[in-house]
Amino acid sequence: MTSTSAALAPAERAVQLLGSDLSEVALRQHLEGLPAVDAVGLEARAARFGTRSIKTTSKAQALDLAIRMIDLTTLQGADTRGKVRSLVAKALVPDASDPSTPRPAAVCVYGDMVGHAVEALGPAWSAGKDDGINVAAVATAFPAGRASIEVKLQDTRDAVAAGADEIDMVIDRGAFLEGNYGKVFDEIVLTKEACRRADGSYAHLKVILETGELFTYDNVRRASWLSILAGGDFIKTSTGKVQPAATLPVTLLMLQVVRDWERLTGERIGVKPAGGISTAKDAIKHLVAVAETCGEAWLDPKLYRFGASSLLNDVLLQRQKLTTGRYSGPDYVTID
Amino acid sequence: MAFLDYAPAPESTSILSLREDYRLWIGGEWVTGGGEPFASVSPSTERQIATFAYADEGDVDAAVRAARAAFRDTWGPMSGRDRGKFLFRIARILQERARELAVAESLDNGKPIRETRDADIPLVAQWFFHCAGWADKLDHLGLGAAPQPHGVAAQVIPWNFPLLMLAWKVAPALAAGNTVVLKPAETTPLTAMLFAEVCEQAGLPAGVVNLVTGDGATGAALVRHPDVDKVAFTGSTAVGREIAKALAGTSKKLTLELGGKGANIVFDDAPLDQAIEGIVDGIFFNQGQVCCAGSRLLVQENVHDAVMDRLKERMATLRVGDPLDKNTDVGAINSSEQLERITRLVDRGVAEGGEAWSPACELPQEGYWFAPTVITGVEASSTIAREEIFGPVLSVLTFRTPDEAIAKANNTPYGLSAGIWSDKGSRVLAIADKLRAGVVWTNTFNKFDPASPFGGYKESGYGREGGVQGMQAYLKAGER
Repeated sequence: MTSTSAALAPAERAVQLLGSDLSEVALRQHLEGLPAVDAVGLEARAARFGTRSIKTTSKAQALDLAIRMIDLTTLQGADTRGKVRSLVAKALVPDASDPSTPRPAAVCVYGDMVGHAVEALGPAWSAGKDDGINVAAVATAFPAGRASIEVKLQDTRDAVAAGADEIDMVIDRGAFLEGNYGKVFDEIVLTKEACRRADGSYAHLKVILETGELFTYDNVRRASWLSILAGGDFIKTSTGKVQPAATLPVTLLMLQVVRDWERLTGERIGVKPAGGISTAKDAIKHLVAVAETCGEAWLDPKLYRFGASSLLNDVLLQRQKLTTGRYSGPDYVTID
Repeated sequence: MAFLDYAPAPESTSILSLREDYRLWIGGEWVTGGGEPFASVSPSTERQIATFAYADEGDVDAAVRAARAAFRDTWGPMSGRDRGKFLFRIARILQERARELAVAESLDNGKPIRETRDADIPLVAQWFFHCAGWADKLDHLGLGAAPQPHGVAAQVIPWNFPLLMLAWKVAPALAAGNTVVLKPAETTPLTAMLFAEVCEQAGLPAGVVNLVTGDGATGAALVRHPDVDKVAFTGSTAVGREIAKALAGTSKKLTLELGGKGANIVFDDAPLDQAIEGIVDGIFFNQGQVCCAGSRLLVQENVHDAVMDRLKERMATLRVGDPLDKNTDVGAINSSEQLERITRLVDRGVAEGGEAWSPACELPQEGYWFAPTVITGVEASSTIAREEIFGPVLSVLTFRTPDEAIAKANNTPYGLSAGIWSDKGSRVLAIADKLRAGVVWTNTFNKFDPASPFGGYKESGYGREGGVQGMQAYLKAGER
């Protein structure tokens, strides 16, 4: 374990909370002073959300909300321009049989595909505005994050320059597990800076914790808090490349962190579970957890997202069932 | 509509096929009671569910005679293996009819269907399965070879967990080879009647289980009956004391599970979010009508405000209302008498300087309701810190040191349950050792298991239910 008292890069939130002479030691003491997590109790609470019975009008509301929160994602080595165009087309018209279907919040692609996504979206691209579909890019040597900081920052700058509205970065899990919180912190601060556009505005920064590689709930709480201190706009569970990905207990814990942060500072941070949420039923459990933990203010694509690909079609099938009164089948929703 | 106002999701009552009048179940027959029949109402609507026969002394005598005959002729002589078969069969039927029983229990008691479905009824089946397994293994209970049943057990149970308390009493009694006469509570006799149907379905020999409905006088006649060998009572300390007096000097064995004023102790290093859940489960589970409820919150002074803020926020998400709605967290109070008692004690607490807080919630017009309430500023000398309220009301006290926490937790005539919340294992073990309570939960609350003995210290009663000790209570050492 390396532990230095070297000064950390200044980040506004950390400075306000911990003082201007930010050091590794101060950061460690702060993170290790957070309340502990009891795994059994956390999991029991998460399971309780699954027993809520969301029917009729509440279900309709939840399904539309879920669609609006989706970051429709393709993150394959085999991604092509054609695949990205197809994904974008699905985002633009999720259900051709029902024009009232809302659109997802964003499409999420690798950095080199950002330009193609922007082009395919055309006028539907939000380009930083409030309406429209965002383009999110994974960056910082996603998914492993095993590269030099220069490479990670250039990866980020390239994506932002190509038009990415949102950057999904990964933290250095190795550094975190070594206890080198300062390195993780600095990288987030620098990546945030790399999200700055020429006009001085910033691309939204989502910080992926890869909770499946942090192993304990206490680690998840510390990493969440660390990411917020360093300037993350969103905390995100997983890359989708490591199992387990977004479990409900992990997501609940991150929701508790953002609720605590709001209580402390008044500022609202977003949460994005990613990977493993593939059914409407799962998505509804998440929305219940969000509403009952953080309040209805968080039922907003600005503060909650689903990183998913197959989820959209299951939600659409459930939505069709609510509208028409009967179940159709996988051939009645389009693949992307 | 706000998302959190979840659309109604009521459990259907169409699964029930209830009779209009229930009679006594004695010697395997449905017989008319000697007294005036009485009605049971649904606490959430005040609507009548059915009428029930009233067992007078003559009926109680008939029931005890039926139990004696069955003990002598069928159940007593039967092998443990065969008794086990009947109990396993009962357990399976209880599982098969779980939904129906959950709906009936919720309707009659007023507790949320979420609890009857996820806690009460699964535990009922579990209790029968557990005890069924003991039936042919009595030699291994630590009482020597071939321990013997007492004979006829008289059992009187409360209204807060009607079917679960029946299971806690009937399952070990039958597994040990006793026959029983059981009196369910006056306000919640319904599921006991359904249990009679389950026994019929299982082909249980006549007279092994006898059910007499009625009020306190019926119960008094039952426990005083001279041909009863064993008495088991769960209920108030006042009635328990009467029973103990009545039985003094007789050869009857007695176990009592009485009131409580459980301390739930939260240290400053507790896993806070989980502690909040534990506090909520500890006092709002079953509307706080739980003898082992964590009704006294002892919170370390330096985290008092943080805990209260979080607790109030969490309480605001509790859904109070129709017990049959699958999203209801807190249901109706069981009776107008109980509601009156809760109201009186809360008023007293406020008059003595406590500050009461409840989340904004709309209570239904009909039925018996009390909003979840937390009272802060309570001192160890306050009435509401000493008397059992038996309602959704949490009294909050503070402490500064572990010793003070132990002293305050033990400063009660009761001693049924306690909870400790701390991330530090050594502290948890050291404190648990010093708490004078029959059950101590650490970093959890209100968890029950048939393998774990449950019972009290001091005025919370004596004897244990569940586990090896629970079985032993229905047996005596074999003669050599």
